[in-house]
Amino acid sequence: MAKELWKGNEAIAEAAIRAGCDCYFGYPITPQSEVPEYMSAHMPKHGRIFVQAESELAAINMVYGAAGCGMRAMTSSSSPGISLKQEGISYLIGSEIPAVIVNCMRGGPGLGTIQPGQSDYYQATRGGGNGDYRTVVLSPANIQEAVDYVQEAFDIADQYRNPVMVVMDGMIGQMMEPIEWREIPKRNLPSKDSWATTGRKGRAEHNTLNSLYIEPELCDVHNQNLSRKFAEMEKNEVRWEEIRCDDAEIVITAYGTPARIALTAIEVLRSEGIKVGLFRPITLWPFPEKALHELAGKDHVKAILDVEMSSTGQMIDDIRLGVEGQKPISFLGRAGGVIPTVEEMVEAVKNTLKEVQ
Amino acid sequence: MSAATVFSRRISIITGHYGTGKTEFSVNLALALAAEGEQVMLADLDIVNPYFRSRERRDLLERAGIRLISSSQSCANADVPALPAELLTILENQDLRGVLDIGGDPVGARVLARFRPRITQEDYQLIYVVNANRPEVRTPETAIAYLRSIEAVTGLTCTGLVNNTHLCGETTEEEIRKGAALAAAVSGETGIPVLCHVAVEPLAEHLSDLPEPVFPITIKMKKPWE
Repeated sequence: MAKELWKGNEAIAEAAIRAGCDCYFGYPITPQSEVPEYMSAHMPKHGRIFVQAESELAAINMVYGAAGCGMRAMTSSSSPGISLKQEGISYLIGSEIPAVIVNCMRGGPGLGTIQPGQSDYYQATRGGGNGDYRTVVLSPANIQEAVDYVQEAFDIADQYRNPVMVVMDGMIGQMMEPIEWREIPKRNLPSKDSWATTGRKGRAEHNTLNSLYIEPELCDVHNQNLSRKFAEMEKNEVRWEEIRCDDAEIVITAYGTPARIALTAIEVLRSEGIKVGLFRPITLWPFPEKALHELAGKDHVKAILDVEMSSTGQMIDDIRLGVEGQKPISFLGRAGGVIPTVEEMVEAVKNTLKEVQ
Repeated sequence: MSAATVFSRRISIITGHYGTGKTEFSVNLALALAAEGEQVMLADLDIVNPYFRSRERRDLLERAGIRLISSSQSCANADVPALPAELLTILENQDLRGVLDIGGDPVGARVLARFRPRITQEDYQLIYVVNANRPEVRTPETAIAYLRSIEAVTGLTCTGLVNNTHLCGETTEEEIRKGAALAAAVSGETGIPVLCHVAVEPLAEHLSDLPEPVFPITIKMKKPWE
């Protein structure tokens, strides 16, 4: 199929439509406003539902209602807006309602900046809402992946009756790239009849969706069931990519835009004879911990350099858990909407190498 | 080709669907005019896009002697739809060649409406950028519909088409020819002439058989890893 030129955010919206998204609820915020803008123009043409909610909170709770009725529902926002949705995400998980939530991240904290950021890693992988919960978090590094993952996200959500997040920095949402529309892997998805609140339909009792368990024992059982489900996701859904790691002395760990920059930095460094590779987590949760552990244990790997658009480093915690002290880890972080440059990354790799030589 | 000959009016106003490559074209046009000895002022009037705006290339443009003004000037990274008062300089100073880079779609083009009475007194050209790889404007019908809605919002009449069909780093000669066919169809339907075809420098020389001039560009609005 011929390639087309798409802007990240509008491609994400189109991908959701192609994945059979029945309902979209959102609220504009830079840098993801093209998602609701595209949805507002195109969802009605397909006979689907678009609502510009009065707030991000309202949007996520509309998702709860629609997805609870068995509809494929989605919301999207950027960092501060995703913060507002945290309560709803916790309730979706508690009630086992599938949904897709897209975060086109900008710099924080608070209102931060409209320029790209990656400082919502904790929020996405550790949960900003209350309770013991997990969500599969897919992180595209280009627009092709963004459209593929958004489509898959609906299936993953339905498979586990759990919301799925697609998380990317604002650069991925705002840039233009050629893509093609390709088939995504088919999954055997369970029927929603046993739980979706679609009326009695001849059943003795109507279905009920709820996250409130007054009896502690029952709530404990509910939590145990959920954690078994999270373990299944952890087993089945982990994804990552290793590029030129076979002989790498320095392994850069990065996702999203910094991973793209790393590829250019690797070209520059390799041309100077420095052996460097990229380990790119694609699912931020489940994190590819075992794969990283194995890679870090290899003799040729001298050190890890973690690069994030975050001042403190957030993914670096998972890098540490994966590496488990086998090799030293250094860090390059830019925040507040500043994107690390190829030159900065090249410099950081050289410094990391010096420290271990 | 001579940019000043192809874009012969004193003021060039660049419009189109977002993602067609207006900013890349505007920046290259301003640089080409400056290289030909013109006194150029580029106005980045994009109130639609938060990233990839010509103001991000301020240093490059100023080094080439181009004056750059932008919306929400003192806060270039904000998405505040404030227009610079200096825009009037372009309209009033008859020695200047003006390039106005307008944000995408009729929504972005609305910034022009308030200046319509002033613009129409000047020697201007409203240019519509065509890109056959953008799904929403890839057919003559949809491209013309966008063009007409931009005219309706701005109150200005389009008098030139620019074929800027590309696929970022994957652009081929064939892609540009596909765009040339679309531009020709739009032109045939509307009577608006095709002014030129835009091509990155290595491809430009292979397209000399096209009936209109080829405007060679080098990519200035690069992604951080390019």
